[in-house]
Amino acid sequence: MAELAEKKERPQFRNIHVTQILSYRLPPSGIVSILHRVSGAMLFLVGFPFILYLFDQSVTSEIAFERFETVVAHPLAKLVLLGLAWAYLHHFVAGIRYLLIELHIGIEKPGMHTSAITVLAVSLFLTALVALKLFGAF
Amino acid sequence: MTTRRIVVGAHYGTRGWMLQRITAIVLAVYTLILLGALFAIPEFTYGTWSGLFAAVWMKVATLVALLAVLYHAWVGVRDIFMDYIKPTGVRLSLQVLTVVALMGYGLWAVIVLWRI
Repeated sequence: MAELAEKKERPQFRNIHVTQILSYRLPPSGIVSILHRVSGAMLFLVGFPFILYLFDQSVTSEIAFERFETVVAHPLAKLVLLGLAWAYLHHFVAGIRYLLIELHIGIEKPGMHTSAITVLAVSLFLTALVALKLFGAF
Repeated sequence: MTTRRIVVGAHYGTRGWMLQRITAIVLAVYTLILLGALFAIPEFTYGTWSGLFAAVWMKVATLVALLAVLYHAWVGVRDIFMDYIKPTGVRLSLQVLTVVALMGYGLWAVIVLWRI
């Protein structure tokens, strides 16, 4: 009975606290996962109303179309659009990865690792293309 | 047999889970259609752009994508609330707000499409 009392306290694993988030190094799959959530929230909160407003202006009349062009030409609007473009592209590419995973394609550990890095690389590359287009490189 | 009901939650989440995937595929296909149509118009003007949505097939495709995105966003936002918002009353209120916002967005989009 004595040894029972002497038993060392077992480590308890709990969810990390908000303040620990930045010091907690996630694997690529984890980064893709949380960014999928963040990008989804961005698209719902900002993307939905902003894109609907722009769509409304762009198809309603010639005058409204001019207003649409003025709004879109503003640097701040371009930044918002770039952020939304990243959110959409990340959500799109990561979403395809999740669909493939659910079909049991690439679910081994190295495959997951590679595909997560690929998702980040592809979405950032496409976002860079959008940035060049938005800020008039071509 | 259990009779306990959960006020806010996924309930028996298979349908939501499945529809989340199906709507994702619908949205991906619509994205490609829209991009293709955008590259097909010679110049981006009011005439060519609104003309694109004047076609019945494009209106139908856009409405299907709209329904898909409304449902997709609902499941996604609900999942976020279920994970992070613990007090039931707050979560229920946020979910109601989300549904109202999505219905508003949906009707707005339908009105805009109707006018073209």
